[in-house]
Amino acid sequence: MSTMNFHLRLWKQKCASDKGEFIKIHATEIPSECSFLEMLDIVNNRLTREGKEPVSFASDCREGICGTCHMVINGVPQGPGRGAACQVYMRKFENGQPITVEPFRVGAFPIVKDLVVNRSAYDRIIRSGGFISEHTGGAPDASTSLIPKPVADAAMDAAACIGCGACAAACPNSSPMLFVGAKVTHLGLLPQGQAERKSRARNMVRTMQEEGFGNCSNYYACEAVCPANVPASVIAMLNREYIRGEVSEAIGAID
Amino acid sequence: MILDAKIPEGPIEKKWTSFKNNAKLISPANKRKFKVIVVGTGLAGSSASATLAELGYEVETFCFHDSPRRAHSIAAQGGINAAKNYQNDGDSVWRLFYDTIKGGDFRAREANVYRLAEVSGTIIDECVSQGVPFAREYGGELTNRSFGGAQVSRTFYAKGQTGQQLLLGAYSALSAQIRLGRVNMHENSEMLDLVLVDGHAKGIVTRDLITGEITSHAADTVLLCTGGYSNVYYLSTNARGSNVTATWRAYKRGAAFANPCYTQIHPTCIPVAGEYQSKLTLMSESLRNDGRVWVPKAKGDTRLTQDIPEEERDYYLERKYPSYGNLAPRDIASRSAKEVCDEGRGVGPGGLGVYLDFSAAIARLGEKTIRERYGNLFEMYGNITGENAYERPMRIYPAVHYTMGGLWVDYNLMSTIPGLHVLGEANFSDHGANRLGASALMQGLSDGYFVIPNTLGEYLSTQFGKKVSTDMPEFKKTETEVRACVEKLLAVKGNVPVDEFHRQLGLIIWDECGMARSEAGLKKAIADIRALRERFWKEVAIPGTGAELNQSLERAGRVADFLEFGELMCIDALTREESCGGHFRVEHQTPEGEALRHDDKFAEVYAWMFQGQDNDPELLREPLHYEAAHLATRSYK
Ligand SMILES: Cc1cc2nc3c(=O)[nH]c(=O)nc-3n(C[C@H](O)[C@H](O)[C@H](O)COP(=O)(O)OP(=O)(O)OC[C@H]3O[C@@H](n4cnc5c(N)ncnc54)[C@H](O)[C@@H]3O)c2cc1C
Ligand code: SF4
Ligand code: FES
Repeated sequence: MSTMNFHLRLWKQKCASDKGEFIKIHATEIPSECSFLEMLDIVNNRLTREGKEPVSFASDCREGICGTCHMVINGVPQGPGRGAACQVYMRKFENGQPITVEPFRVGAFPIVKDLVVNRSAYDRIIRSGGFISEHTGGAPDASTSLIPKPVADAAMDAAACIGCGACAAACPNSSPMLFVGAKVTHLGLLPQGQAERKSRARNMVRTMQEEGFGNCSNYYACEAVCPANVPASVIAMLNREYIRGEVSEAIGAID
Repeated sequence: MILDAKIPEGPIEKKWTSFKNNAKLISPANKRKFKVIVVGTGLAGSSASATLAELGYEVETFCFHDSPRRAHSIAAQGGINAAKNYQNDGDSVWRLFYDTIKGGDFRAREANVYRLAEVSGTIIDECVSQGVPFAREYGGELTNRSFGGAQVSRTFYAKGQTGQQLLLGAYSALSAQIRLGRVNMHENSEMLDLVLVDGHAKGIVTRDLITGEITSHAADTVLLCTGGYSNVYYLSTNARGSNVTATWRAYKRGAAFANPCYTQIHPTCIPVAGEYQSKLTLMSESLRNDGRVWVPKAKGDTRLTQDIPEEERDYYLERKYPSYGNLAPRDIASRSAKEVCDEGRGVGPGGLGVYLDFSAAIARLGEKTIRERYGNLFEMYGNITGENAYERPMRIYPAVHYTMGGLWVDYNLMSTIPGLHVLGEANFSDHGANRLGASALMQGLSDGYFVIPNTLGEYLSTQFGKKVSTDMPEFKKTETEVRACVEKLLAVKGNVPVDEFHRQLGLIIWDECGMARSEAGLKKAIADIRALRERFWKEVAIPGTGAELNQSLERAGRVADFLEFGELMCIDALTREESCGGHFRVEHQTPEGEALRHDDKFAEVYAWMFQGQDNDPELLREPLHYEAAHLATRSYK
């Protein structure tokens, strides 16, 4: 198996209040077939053997579905190509290439350490309305609601969001509207999601603003980096649903 | 101690109904007074947390992930079984029950499995009403696919992301309860010990993975929903963080560990490519609906696939198991792959691979249909291997995937420690010695949505007026022990990274307690694990401190537990002198090389009790009675 060498610049930052800086590492003899995170594993294990602190980064499933991994590789949130950072392979890079790795830079995602940021704001957005209120045990037979395949498929495409935060990291306004739009679209397309449709959009957008995220101004940077291929059209849907929510509130049709 | 499974009286079809009719109820006013700790937010933990909170219990939920939505359940691909019979192909609760018992090679508890089959349909109802976008037909009806070990189509799916969608459904239900203030959610919190008060599980001690703070939490009962232990093999299809710590530490506090040697090696994974590799990737079993498995008939045939004519290919599953063909159960399909590779007929680097070929399906259905069914899996395969599976067959090899063993539980899902309940993959209950595809998701959600809400009252109704608090000496003592354990790890100050020990442990267990096991091999493995454990405690390197995010420290704690647990696995495998399901002892096989059970001696659950670090564990046995499904030799021919 062939090996490769890279000039790495990795972000080190002890905690949110620390200033942080890049460390330079010449990573040699990296197997060309390994993944980007496996390359970081190798680098970290070498640092550990030398008695130095490894660079913290988050990952879990390493197959692009859990949304745990998050980092900016050469300026691109989640790195080059489709998929999450864990789906980037070293064979996509040139031998000897300089590679810069830094954390997501989003005000609403404070840095925890090195490449790890705190994305709990996304959970709080979901908690403000990204669900269908129903009570376990009270559901009608699944066959009673018919959902045409194109509708089910479109809902699925939106529901595929892995909650990774790259959309906000890519956006010049730090807007998470691809993420919010994905959930509003997923639930808004399904018959089960109709009852709370208007309040959902309104509540989620308000929470998003309270968390300090910005609004979308049509850069489409989010769509370009989204590892789950969520289409930017969900943002159009979100805008419409949000206005409906505001109007419904004004006339007293929702709390 | 005698294991009492507390199986309700009556015929199998009536047991669950009669249980519910007679179950101890807790009134709404009293539910509010009871606090439940749930550890884990996978399908089991999220569904249990949400449902118990809806019922009015005060719920406190923990996970080591940074969000409950990231639990390993998110990675499940293929689907979830349910006996809906929407396809009118002859399915029924009975058939799902029987397939699961048979698939488990007659080593699961009948009553639990029947209950699972019985509630399977309502799981689908529940998920649809949460907005889970299951695959549909053009007319809007739900559609199904087939999975291994079944001759009906009863598997519901959402593209290749079924686990993701089911977990996001449960996560949304959990989120709604968090918003209402009924669930208190603790992310980044790793449970490091269980606290017992008067022999009952009354709390846990956790470490905050960001700040390093160690704290105690008290409740009236504890639910462990912490997933499986496949990562004892280092390389597995599980997420990197999956571990045995919660259940292992509960074991050391008195919870019996059942059938630890029952592990599942999944037949269709991307083969190992090199030493740098950090995990293995599953290619969903659903692919075997349309993919045909083969190797060349001749040894060492290195021709390109297109140059190997049809008559020189061995579609060995279709040949050996004509009625189930490529959908033979996992243990059988994996062993067959190992067999052909051992014969020197494997393909790809090192000869450790077999083909999974879609050319016939593409010719029959068109590439578009195949793309629609499995697009994301083909993409994943292409991304990892750099090969295009629409043009040439995938190469696959078995990999560790799931663990049927787990903490022993009775019919109420309570372990041998009163008050400690165990749900999902963390318990041992429903899959015997081999799990059928698409039944883990079903079990996790069944346990969380429908079983525990009904069975928890059996315990809680005995606990009125027995409140505990973290000020009690039992909590302080356990907290001190946890601190000492963390400090002990940090004090080693060696220079070998944690991963190195983990990888070596994995190799030992894969070689001797993997797809084939022997007395001599298992004995050697036990000695090797002990030696490795000793080295670990002398040489492991953990830079940094305990008062910050320290990923080496997290991993070291988990690997330390795996190094103890691995030994118990091998002891269990050594003691079970028969072959069954995924447990294949080479000394016990039929002339055709199939697993040979010894029902006269081993139709029992083996549950191990901790007896102190330096003593052998004590073996408890629960006899398995087959009243409805009669013991038979499995045949998929
Ligand atoms: C790649 C893959 C594909 C699969 N596909 C299918 C499929 O198609 N169909 C099917 O039926 N099954 C499938 N399975 C199996 C199935 O996904 C799992 O068995 C199931 O999801 C386990 O759910 P769980 O809730 O028990 O645990 P998990 O989802 O593993 O959740 C464990 C939870 O416990 C928490 N936790 C663990 N330890 C601690 C601790 N010490 N302290 C605090 N928190 C802790 C974690 O944070 C997490 O929240 C698949 C498995 C894999 C690996
Ligand atoms: S929308 Fe895409 S980029 Fe944004 S959180 Fe979801 S998966 Fe990540
Ligand atoms: S580690 Fe799960 S998406 Fe990257």
